[in-house]
Amino acid sequence: MTTTPQNNTSLGPPHVRIEMLSQPRYLSGARELVSAVARRFGFDDGACGQIALAVDEALCNVIRHAYGQEADQPIWISIWPWDGDEQAAFEKNPPACDPHGIRIDIEDQGPHVNPETIRGRDLSDIRPGGLGVYIIRQVMDNVVYEQRPEGGMRLILTKLNGTPSNT
Amino acid sequence: MEVSIEHQGEATIVLPIGDVDLSNSRDLQNHLRQEMSRKPGLLVVDLEKVSYMDSSGVATLVEAMQIARKQATRLVLCELNDKVRAIFEIARLDRVFTIVGSRSDALAA
Repeated sequence: MTTTPQNNTSLGPPHVRIEMLSQPRYLSGARELVSAVARRFGFDDGACGQIALAVDEALCNVIRHAYGQEADQPIWISIWPWDGDEQAAFEKNPPACDPHGIRIDIEDQGPHVNPETIRGRDLSDIRPGGLGVYIIRQVMDNVVYEQRPEGGMRLILTKLNGTPSNT
Repeated sequence: MEVSIEHQGEATIVLPIGDVDLSNSRDLQNHLRQEMSRKPGLLVVDLEKVSYMDSSGVATLVEAMQIARKQATRLVLCELNDKVRAIFEIARLDRVFTIVGSRSDALAA
């Protein structure tokens, strides 16, 4: 049974939400959407590209690890403008333009994973694969994995405008 | 994504065309493995026509580098745009690969 995400944040409903199947062919569309929304939130081209890269890596991890390459499983992407404080909900005082940042939630209904076990590998170990989590953490300001009560995992990504990646 | 292959003397040039992500990185991996099996003296991956690459694409190049080191093939990457170069820098692989600006620089490497 599909368990569509609930609006369980004080941010109100997402400004953008899409549901996609766990098929790599749709990664490019997801990247373009996220990049376009980030641009509307005021991020420059370089930051938009990096945010899209982080989302791409997160989606790849869901497809490969949560769903084991099964192509018919749901993934939800939800996007809000973000000012760094969840209590100051934009819905009450929506900015006319230039929000300070972006919050992106990526949810699946794969198996629960202990968030503490999700970490990037040591870069000194030069080998194919295993870079996704490391890249996500380098690009975004905050990265939080949590178990959804209804099943599956939620990855919460936030980034404020003007903060450089951790390169 | 398409992959064009050229041979110039001892050099093999692999030219992927299009975005490289999880949907097609296996194709690039197969081409690189096939060309590496010929044990060229120099293998150039020209990324001029790659507008985007994710870590699955980078992983195929890391595998190619490992094969190259075992058989003394020189592996050189060239013509990276800013977006593609960024992922190598984020993953700190720009210090591991030989990356040059142009294809002519790569062929002279």
